[in-house]
This record gives sequence, C-alpha cells and structure tokens, in this order.
Amino acid sequence: MNAPAAGASAAIEKPLSRADYEDFLYNEAALLDEWRMDEWFALFLEGAIYEVPCAGAPDNADSSEDLFYISDNYFRLGHRVARMNKESHHSEFPHSSVTRMIGNVRVLGADQSGVSVGCTFVTHRSKNDVLSVYCGHHRYVLRAVEGRIRIVSKRTFLDLNSLRPQGRVSIIV
Amino acid sequence: MQGLHASESPTRFAPMILDDRDKGIFRVARTAFIDEDVLLRERDRIFNRCWLYLGHESEIAEPNDFITRNVGGKELIFNRDRKGEPHAFFNTCPHRGALVERRPKGNAISFKCFYHGWAFNNNGAFATRMSPGDYPEDFNSDGCANLTRVAKLQGYRGFYFVNFDPGAMSLDDYLADAKGILDIVADHGPRGMEIVGSEQKYSIRANWKLLVENSIDGYHAVDTHATYFDYLSEAIGGPAALSKRSFVWNLSGGHSSIEGEAPWGRPVARWIPAWGEAAKAEVDDIRAELESRVGAERADRIARMGRNTAIFPNLIINDIMAITIRTFYPLEPNLMNVSAWALGVKGESRGFRKRRLDNFLEFLGPGGFATPDDLEALEAAQRGYAAHREAAWNDISRGMKRERFVSTDEEQMRCFWREWSRRMEDAQ
Repeated sequence: MNAPAAGASAAIEKPLSRADYEDFLYNEAALLDEWRMDEWFALFLEGAIYEVPCAGAPDNADSSEDLFYISDNYFRLGHRVARMNKESHHSEFPHSSVTRMIGNVRVLGADQSGVSVGCTFVTHRSKNDVLSVYCGHHRYVLRAVEGRIRIVSKRTFLDLNSLRPQGRVSIIV
Repeated sequence: MQGLHASESPTRFAPMILDDRDKGIFRVARTAFIDEDVLLRERDRIFNRCWLYLGHESEIAEPNDFITRNVGGKELIFNRDRKGEPHAFFNTCPHRGALVERRPKGNAISFKCFYHGWAFNNNGAFATRMSPGDYPEDFNSDGCANLTRVAKLQGYRGFYFVNFDPGAMSLDDYLADAKGILDIVADHGPRGMEIVGSEQKYSIRANWKLLVENSIDGYHAVDTHATYFDYLSEAIGGPAALSKRSFVWNLSGGHSSIEGEAPWGRPVARWIPAWGEAAKAEVDDIRAELESRVGAERADRIARMGRNTAIFPNLIINDIMAITIRTFYPLEPNLMNVSAWALGVKGESRGFRKRRLDNFLEFLGPGGFATPDDLEALEAAQRGYAAHREAAWNDISRGMKRERFVSTDEEQMRCFWREWSRRMEDAQ
C-alpha cells in the first residue's frame, strides 16, 4: 500500500511553490477544525490512502507488515468520514473541540505519483474536560488536478513514544 | 441490600457483589470501581498473587533476545540467555535501583546499568570487575548483586506468564480450562503464531475491571458499535448480523469465554466475497491444511467460530476478525494503561498478513471503528460512578436464570466477578 496507485501518470509531477502547499495545508486543517468532513474527504483522489502508524513508528513503516492505528484505503476512509458525522460515533459525540497547527512545511521531492510534501503538526483535542495533545509530522503525496491540489496519500506519524495519555485517535489528527 | 454497608471489622472486606442465584439477580457495588482501598487490596491479593501475562515466545525468538515490559506495575526484563533459556528479571539494578535496560527490545548478551556501571550476564549473574577492597571478598556469595529473578515464569503454548508469589500454584493448574482456548489460538498456523509488529500502548480513564467486562461483552456490540456494523455490511455486501447461536464457557478460576459465528471474514479461515476469488483459493488451502492437522471438527470450530476470552485477572485474547492480545493495569482506580498486540500465523503471505491487519484495524485499537467507542463507554460509566452513594449498584444479571447461556448474557462477567470476590474477601 506504500506505492500510491491513485492518479499516477507517466510524467513526473511538477512541484508548485511552497506557499501553494502551505495554503493547501492550512485550508485542510481548517476543514478538520471546523468538522467539515465531507469537504475534507473531497480533497482525496479516488484510490488515495490515509494511514496513521503506531506512535513512534519510522517513516518507512509498512501497513502490510506492522500494526498501525489506521490504515485506510479509499473505501474505508469514506466510511471513517461518514462515521465522523454520526451521533453513533460515540467517541466523537458530542464532537470534541479540536485545533491544529501546521509548521515546517517542506517540498521533499516529486515523482510520477506526485509531489512529496512534509510538515509538522500539533493537534489539540478537548473532550470531557480532558485536553489531549498530538504532535508529529505528516507526509503527503499531492497532485495538482484541474487546478486543485489533491491528496494521493497522507501518512501521519505521531512523534510520541506511546498513546498514553491520549488513548485514542478518533479524530483525524 | 441493607446490611452490605453495615460496618465491618477493619480486617474484613465488605462484600461488593450480590449473587442471588434463586432470584437471578447479580449486582456489583460501584465502589469497587472507585475506591482507593479496593485498588490497594487488588494489588496485594490479585496482581501480586495471580499469574500475569508477560509476553509471547515470538517476541524473544532468538538467544539473547530481550524485551522490557511493565507487568503488574513492575518493570521487567523478559529475555533468553546465550543458551536460549527464557528468564524474567526485575528491571532494577541491585545496587541503587535504576533500570538496567531502557530499550523496549533488542538482543544483548549482558545488561549494564548506566548509573554506576554495574553489569550482568543475561542469565542475571553479576559480572562487574571491582577493585580489591571496594567490597568484601565474599560479596555476592548470597546473590545480592545479581538481578532479582521474578518468583515464577512459565509458558503455555507460547504464552508466557509471571507470578510474583513464590507459593503460587503452577500455571497449568491456574489456567484450568482456559488452556483449551489457548490451544485453539495456538493451532491457527502449522508453524505456530507470532506477534505482528508494534504494540499499541494507550490508556483509558476508567477502572480496569470495566475493560474485562467490555472485552467479553456480547450484549453491547449492536448499540455501542453501530457504526462498525454499518461499515461491515457494506464491506461484506450483505447484512452484518451476529449469529443467534453462541456459547458461554466457564473456564473456571475466573476465566471465561464467549464463542459464536460472526459475519466478518477470518484470516483462519472464513472467506467472505469481498476478499475476491484469489483470496478464496488461499483460504481454501489454509482450511485444508488446518483440517489435515487438527481434524475436520476442530478445524471447523477454529475457522468458523470466533471467541472472546478473559483470563483472570487482566488478559484478554480475542480471536475474532483478527486476534488481539490485550492486557491492562490500573495506575489509579479511574485510570488504566492498556497494551495490545496483534497475533498472526507464522509464515502467512504478505497479502494475508495485510488482510489480517486490516481486519484488526477496522474494529480494534485506538483508531479502529469500535475501540474508541468502547473507551468512551467505559469513561462515561466511570464518570457515572461519582454518584455511587445514591446509585450504588451495577446490574450484571442478564440471562442468569437461563438454562443455557448465550453470549449476549452476562454469565461470563459473573465468572470474573465471583473469582474477584473470592480473592478479595477470603480471610488470609
């Protein structure tokens, strides 16, 4: 699942400016902060993947060999998003309050599958009077399709040594 | 229920369960989940005396392999020495107490404390060169400078347990009929089983006994996990109903299991159409190998049925859409640390390993479609117990008068509570 199949074409994707990717990432964070889950899902190209390995996993962690927290193909990600909007998603009902900060945005390279973009994040989640902090780095493969940046893959690495005390990743970090 | 709160002598433990088999009523006092004194007593009478899960043999597959792990609130080293013999030591320097190994796993012929440099062979023996006069000539003749060994270490079918009580009964006797479930899980593969990749280490702001109940609770699934079943019915392309036919096993010693058929696919070995025809051939091969090894009847039970098992006090082995091993320990009455692993068949193909892990993650773990909602339910219950003075009891009576229990009954939890109560109330 590491080789993103979605949107692949023969030509190497031409990187946009860092500012373009920063705008994209800030906007993505805002969609999640505001719980606009369907719009967030629409950022993903069909066939895209979304993965969150266990806390402290290396960047080359492989969901075919290692136990992750989340390893969604496009179909399961669609259900994760649908779940985010349901009252029967008890962990997020009532919705937790969340805010995300994105930093250290870098364009890391490009190939046929898209442009690799990395950033760091701090996500705060507050629920039931408990504040949880998630920090780490995202690794994206992004493609420009019809003038819009779209996600081919998003992998979220939690730079934590365990998920204590956060306990769960029932939000999109 | 008057009388249960009557004043007791300080050495007596007020009964916290109400077990009326004639009326079919079983209740647990909510103070059992919030009281500091209960936790102190649990540490003494349960965690310091019962067999506790340490790890799986695959985690220390080779000579000199080690893992470090907190078990029953104590830091341990579980390792193999140069000859491959397994050991369990307290991970604390006999000199001044620091951890002698701070990595989660590795391969080491010796351990060295970084504080003052004391070193030990991986069989625990003190191995530090000292200058004459530093210590008496016969220093360590009593073993005071060796790593302290855990009182008892024993394994069953690859599952290793420790016991801190030198007088404890053997693991074999302790596991009682739970051995039959471990046999089933260990028989999934022809070359044995292994832990797959990372440990999920998380925490829950709730009493540890709530996770025992929840892990073997067939009653909550439809309500708590509605979103998972929404997903599953689309993933498998049909209704995702749990079978009405199910079993409850009292495995004695406080161990219990529920068993039944479920709509999800099982890596060993229940194919679902969503996996495709290529996977069907592979599942058929797995099933055929299983039948040739354990016989048709047992193979059918292993492959078709799933089972949630609680081994007293704090080990869960759920062999459902995937296999998870889960253990947990209370830091406070209202806070537990949880460690969970995926268990897989040694030598299974990459494609099947991926399917197993997908099955796991769809339901289980901190990012699954189910576990976070369990956490929310447990934490919601814990918050509710603040009103224990006014709303004093949990009801665990479901199906108590039934001739034959089903998994949506609560008999499996009553098995746990009766043993818990026996150990907590015994005059000792």
